[in-house]
Amino acid sequence: MAWVTDRIRPARSLGFGAWAWIAASLLVAALVLVPVLALLWQAAQGSEGLWSHLARYVLPHALGQTAILMGGVGVLTAAIGTSAAWLVTAHDFPGRRVLEWALLLPLAVPTYIVAYAYLDLLHPLGPFQTLVRAALGHDSPRAFRLPDIRSMTGAILLLSLVLYPYVYLPTRAMFMTQAANLVEVARTLGTSRRQVFGRVALPLARPAIAVGVSLALMETLNDIGASEFLGVRSLTISVYTTWVTRSDLPGAAQISLAMLLLVVALVSLERWARRRQRYSVSGQRARSFAREPLGRGAGLAALALGFLPVFFGFLLPALYLAVEAWQRFQFAGLSDRLLAEARNSFVLSALATVAVLACGLVVAYAARVFPQRGMQLVHRAASIGYAMPGTILALGILIASAGLDRWIGQAAGALFGVDPGLVLIGSGLALGYAYLARFLAISIGSVEAGLTRIPRSYDQSARTLGQGVTGMLRHVHLPLSRPALAAAGLLVFVDCMKELPATLLLRPLNFETLATHLYGEAARGTYEEAAIAAWAIVLVGILPVILLARVGPGASRG
Amino acid sequence: MKADTTIMRAMLAGAAILAGAGASAQELNLYTSREPGLVEPLLQAFTGDTGIKVNTVFLKDGLVERLASEGESSPADVLMAVDAGNLVDLVERGLTQPVESEILTAAIPENLRDPGNQWFPLSMRARVVYAAKDLELDSITYEDLADPEWKGRICIRSGQHPYNTALFSAFMTHHDAAATEEWLTGLKANLARKAGGGDRDGAKDILGGICDIAIANSYYVGLMRSGKGGDEQKAWGEAIKVILPTFEDGGTHVNISGAAVAKNAPNRDEAVKLLEFLVSDEAQKIYGEANYEYPVKAGAAIDPIIASFGELKVDPLPLTEIVKNRKQVSELVDRVGFDN
Repeated sequence: MAWVTDRIRPARSLGFGAWAWIAASLLVAALVLVPVLALLWQAAQGSEGLWSHLARYVLPHALGQTAILMGGVGVLTAAIGTSAAWLVTAHDFPGRRVLEWALLLPLAVPTYIVAYAYLDLLHPLGPFQTLVRAALGHDSPRAFRLPDIRSMTGAILLLSLVLYPYVYLPTRAMFMTQAANLVEVARTLGTSRRQVFGRVALPLARPAIAVGVSLALMETLNDIGASEFLGVRSLTISVYTTWVTRSDLPGAAQISLAMLLLVVALVSLERWARRRQRYSVSGQRARSFAREPLGRGAGLAALALGFLPVFFGFLLPALYLAVEAWQRFQFAGLSDRLLAEARNSFVLSALATVAVLACGLVVAYAARVFPQRGMQLVHRAASIGYAMPGTILALGILIASAGLDRWIGQAAGALFGVDPGLVLIGSGLALGYAYLARFLAISIGSVEAGLTRIPRSYDQSARTLGQGVTGMLRHVHLPLSRPALAAAGLLVFVDCMKELPATLLLRPLNFETLATHLYGEAARGTYEEAAIAAWAIVLVGILPVILLARVGPGASRG
Repeated sequence: MKADTTIMRAMLAGAAILAGAGASAQELNLYTSREPGLVEPLLQAFTGDTGIKVNTVFLKDGLVERLASEGESSPADVLMAVDAGNLVDLVERGLTQPVESEILTAAIPENLRDPGNQWFPLSMRARVVYAAKDLELDSITYEDLADPEWKGRICIRSGQHPYNTALFSAFMTHHDAAATEEWLTGLKANLARKAGGGDRDGAKDILGGICDIAIANSYYVGLMRSGKGGDEQKAWGEAIKVILPTFEDGGTHVNISGAAVAKNAPNRDEAVKLLEFLVSDEAQKIYGEANYEYPVKAGAAIDPIIASFGELKVDPLPLTEIVKNRKQVSELVDRVGFDN
């Protein structure tokens, strides 16, 4: 199959608008790189004997655990996400339209909350095992109990059930907008419906699956809470131990940077493996999929099957939380701070999402319009913040923001004789900075995926009609990539709501969010008091999921 | 140009207000790694008594880094932390200042205090053993916990958690590194499940039939048995018996929560006032009643639930000696694969 790869020819002389785009893109990348450089500087302070200790006693176990965890989560999220996406795009059955957006719901629940919910549900004292014991006629957990969920298997299952939407979302979009034409062609050439999936749709969706799986894996790599609950000693936990228990920040920075290298290597390897493939489509308008209507029995089976990940990844833990929150509400009433915290979470996440989207658009668009090597590097650099544990990146942001604050303070003192205090950290701007550095990769990735679906020939037409780089964005790319922007917005917003380490470290005095409240209770072991805040995070997180279902890719196509 | 300067100055002043740097004399800023729920009742009482408003930020593990990065511009006045090791970290990074106060030295016993008066303990918690009621266990030593008799019967949280590294450091102060490694290996072999979760999970897992004894902090029993966490937790609390273990040649291991005055505190006087308030009878009573901790002040009342464990015989080794071993112990925990 020949892919149309009409690349735009690099303009010989770039106008002012074009330079502005390149400069803005560079600035965004620099902002993301500063905290990473701050960490490099920390790492260079040296940590005596760390690596010999790690190599001997920690790495053999931690590396193995991390590899199994990542491998397991990678395979499972790819399998669940891709098959769910194919189920809802290629088939028609009752309840499909609801399922289409319901499959996104697990995004709203932080992994540590799901882990906690399952720990409680499946504990020997929890409802499930109590039922099993009653059915088998045992009256004490000492007489009979099921295997403990606190295990590697438990961790892989739980994380996959929460993280598969990262694969489902881009893959479904790819199936819907890209695969339709080619599936039709394949069908006319006599390929059976079953074969279409393996021969056409799956290879086509590979970049989307790769992006989704790598997002899911980076979330896994970032996780501390769920691993701690489930007793998995991953590399991230070693970083944390090195920093907290041994007060060795240089050492923690060194391990994190090594992990970052590993992630960058893996992502590059995947890109290299499909280096010869091009995925842009021809100028034909993408058509909606002709879905295969399923019979009654098959339709119900499809619905049930598609509903499984929603049930285990969202409904069950959310229901548990709702019950806990209700009990807590009856026991202690509603904390008057909760409303303020919910507002803080919402406003902060919303503002940050706008900034992250705008910056993501700048980088992704500049990389499309100027496909030279240098811009590709800028684009990769801007995505780096997502690939290291959030706890450590937050420390990098702290060092960078505090340095900037000192500099502003000195400048203000010298110029105006005023001491402004800590401008970035004190005002919460440092928090926005942290969200930007951390989640820019999500925004760039989603926007880029949207832009690749716009044929290059549109660019040429727009340029021929006299549009500059900026005008072309306004009149062509922005309207056409609205669904992709909405998807990016959803992912970023929900991630900001859930974000913990940076929020905890960088927020100003007297400023709490739902996540920090939740952590404050969880840290002293009073989870029950956190139930309402946890439930509120989930509730606020569902809103954009439903919103996306209305404006998102394919929503209008029915 | 003039207008620019004025606007700039106004903006900076606005930023300064947001940053809280211009706090008036009747305010103070608290950086705490103690959870807000535990600190709030104390701060409310303090503000009620003195009229000084307390601005708080709860920081957990990043307290040291945040303070160090902010440097001289830091608005922090009082630093509160749990675990002596965390307070010593602050001192070692040069982020505290000494406070000479007779009120503080008179209220706090010497073996718990920092000789340089850089930080002050405010409350104590003991690292105790929860035992299933039907075991009829009456006493145990920390050394016993590595005895093969307990194989597959003990629950404990991560060996890298500060509560555990402090206990293990105390063990090393009583014995030596080799004996500690051997003890940790024995303890690890006795675990019923992977080290992890929280201290309350110990009680829950005893009731759930996973283990017979658990190593955990004393105050959780108060929180559970008092019913403050609901009926379910009350059942966990009542399923266990609490034993105050001792070292063979010493007493029960205690750790502290404490506070220090930040090196660059803009409101130093108010900061010292808060510290002094926290050792007053009123505040020490709150530590006991609201948090179920042991008050640090001799003679202050102990909550009846906590008193029912029996008389606490505090290990005489000074905390400042014990915390010196914390990094080496953390490496030993890795070495024996305690959490694996």
